[in-house]
Amino acid sequence: MPDKILVHHLTAWFGAVRAVHDINMNIPQGNITAIIGPSGCGKSTFVRCLNRMHEVIVGARAEGEVVLDNENIYAPEVDPVQVRRRIGMVFQKPTPFPTMSIEDNVAAGLKLNGVNFSRAEKDEVVERCLKQAALWEEVKDRLRAAGGSLSGGQQQRLCVARALAVEPEVLLMDEPCSALDPISTARIEELLIELKANYTIVIVTHNMQQAARTADMTAFLYAGELIEFGETRQIFTNPNRRETEDYITGRFG
Amino acid sequence: MDQPQPLHTNLRYEEELRGLRASLLKMGGLVERQIAEAIDALVNRDTEMARQVIVNDKEVNRMDVDTDETCIRLLALHQPAGSDLRFITTGLKITTDLERIGDNAVNIAERVLELNEEPQIKPYIDIPRMASIAQSMVKDSIDAFMRQDVALANEVCTRDDEVDGLNRQVYRELLSYMAEDPRLIGRATRILFISKYLERIADHAENIAEMVTFMVKGKMIKHMDKKDRGHE
Amino acid sequence: MAAAGTIAIAAHYRYRKAKNLVMMGLTIFATVITLAPLFLVLGYLLYKGASSLNLAFFTRLPAPVGEVGGGMANAIVGTFELVLMAGLMGVPIGVGAGIYLAEHRGTRLADGIRFAADVMMGVPSIVVGIFAYAIVVRPMGGFSAFAGSVALATIMIPLVTRTTEEMVLLVPHELREASLALGVPRWRTTISVVARTAMGGIATGVILATARIAGETAPLLFTAFGNHFWSTSLKGPVAALPVQVYTYAISPFADWQRQAWAGALVLTGIVLALELGVRAVTGGQARTPR
Repeated sequence: MPDKILVHHLTAWFGAVRAVHDINMNIPQGNITAIIGPSGCGKSTFVRCLNRMHEVIVGARAEGEVVLDNENIYAPEVDPVQVRRRIGMVFQKPTPFPTMSIEDNVAAGLKLNGVNFSRAEKDEVVERCLKQAALWEEVKDRLRAAGGSLSGGQQQRLCVARALAVEPEVLLMDEPCSALDPISTARIEELLIELKANYTIVIVTHNMQQAARTADMTAFLYAGELIEFGETRQIFTNPNRRETEDYITGRFG
Repeated sequence: MDQPQPLHTNLRYEEELRGLRASLLKMGGLVERQIAEAIDALVNRDTEMARQVIVNDKEVNRMDVDTDETCIRLLALHQPAGSDLRFITTGLKITTDLERIGDNAVNIAERVLELNEEPQIKPYIDIPRMASIAQSMVKDSIDAFMRQDVALANEVCTRDDEVDGLNRQVYRELLSYMAEDPRLIGRATRILFISKYLERIADHAENIAEMVTFMVKGKMIKHMDKKDRGHE
Repeated sequence: MAAAGTIAIAAHYRYRKAKNLVMMGLTIFATVITLAPLFLVLGYLLYKGASSLNLAFFTRLPAPVGEVGGGMANAIVGTFELVLMAGLMGVPIGVGAGIYLAEHRGTRLADGIRFAADVMMGVPSIVVGIFAYAIVVRPMGGFSAFAGSVALATIMIPLVTRTTEEMVLLVPHELREASLALGVPRWRTTISVVARTAMGGIATGVILATARIAGETAPLLFTAFGNHFWSTSLKGPVAALPVQVYTYAISPFADWQRQAWAGALVLTGIVLALELGVRAVTGGQARTPR
């Protein structure tokens, strides 16, 4: 597997507080990479640096290189808005746009970016993305209904469809199942495994078993540092680092 | 282990793991005693002791079932990972081997009961020696498991060769006895069986030792040639 | 032993129940006293003014001084005119400022604007009228509808700014993030996602501000001034309902006083209609966007 994203010496701050320190990681293409670690270890911050969402927060900054297909997205001439069109993100809380219908939600990323399309083109995009997100069958008869009328799990899949409509190459997911029940969680996990055929996926999760179930590669972060990064199978049966072993066996104080 | 590991955050889980360790230790000890008493019954022609060994097997079986249930419950409820996972899955396999060792001890006792109905055909020299080695293998493999001592485990594996050697010796010796006097065939074959059971016991103890290496190092060395093992 | 315990508990329970009833009675009493003025005012207005409401009232101009009859048609139309113009000026400025305040919290400029808006809300409306007199009426050389709208807009802007800010702040931060993560630029996110989501609340704030300025009298005294006839242009004085009611009420003519009651009733009716209308549209819920 070639590498899709190369991270070199990534460090991130909130004001004067350093949240992530000198991370080096190669994220392979077409794989699911999970980031695990205890609360406050910087995993969300790290992932947000990958699509330059971290700097949106007032006072936050990041240094280092994140190379996407030979292009450093932190180079001074790079437009963060363009980066985010290539690297999409789904958040912990499902957030369909409340004033828009289901189909408008899916097309929102395109519409708000000024892309003009005909009715037919819009229908095609909506159907394709909802099918990719495994939501089509459930909503195909009520595409005009409000985005907020769906259940939690459906809303999250809608957010995935919306992110996919922009046709990113990478999909970042920040604890996407935290707010969902186990069945919805299982659906999303199944979805991720289907999606990895066409996308590179990075998922932050505080649920180790989720990482174990879905990810090909797993990275363990602690106190802002990358402790260990390797194949999921190896991390969970025979990790190299003592800290990793302690975390996965539940020995953290 | 250089520093003591921190306790599991979930103390009930920590306790259950310790309980599992204690049960395995106890089962190992029980099985060791079964071997010793079966051979004692043979050498001293003690029918009562042989009967006792057969009865005690119930306890061995009960412990096997209990430990299996504990391991499965831990797997289901706690989703163990890393060293805990290897410990629990090793524990599952070890109980099987221990239970088979127990069965073999019972088989020895049953042959003793049959042998005691007729006079002894020769003094027992090799058999007690095999038994002693087999017993020490069981003890040391359990010790290696408890202490996570790979060196000891590897050493246990080498002793299996000695037991195999003694088994062949017993076979040759009894074969010549049977050839000379056909009236001895009944008793001789029973003694051959006992030798076989002891050889099986040693094999099971070797299995346990191999599992210890897997548990500690995370590498599976079962079915590997002995000469390749030292490098793992 | 158990019996003594239960009796003691029962006695305490009765005491607590009694205390409950007393407190409830006091709060109901307080509520009644609070609501009393509303119903008294409405009732009295209806009593005094309803009989004077007829078609003529709504369609005829005021009669010459001393004569009986006529109506307040020009004042009603004038009020609509003034409020509409004030809205055209005040709403874009107020909503824009409100959005700015919400999106740029913590900057010195935002804090300054917020402080200024709060101070403006406390300025007496007559002072606003004098201010409008100084900057519009004097340069223009006379009273005008335009001056009146400026005065009303000045009152409206801080109200709309603050309610808009509150409503935009209620939009969850996650929506902004979701939009930004789609690669939508910041300005577009603010307009098409954040403001659009808060639109219901913003509209509510605008309507309530409109209801407020519809009833303002003092600022119009020096600006729109009032007119007995139809006003044809923005540059001349215009009649407004509150001013007309004031003028008629302090006059010595019984007929005018009667009409003043009717005018007051109509004015109150407009304000009530706006307030109730807002409630009906938002379904009585809190105006939080979901």
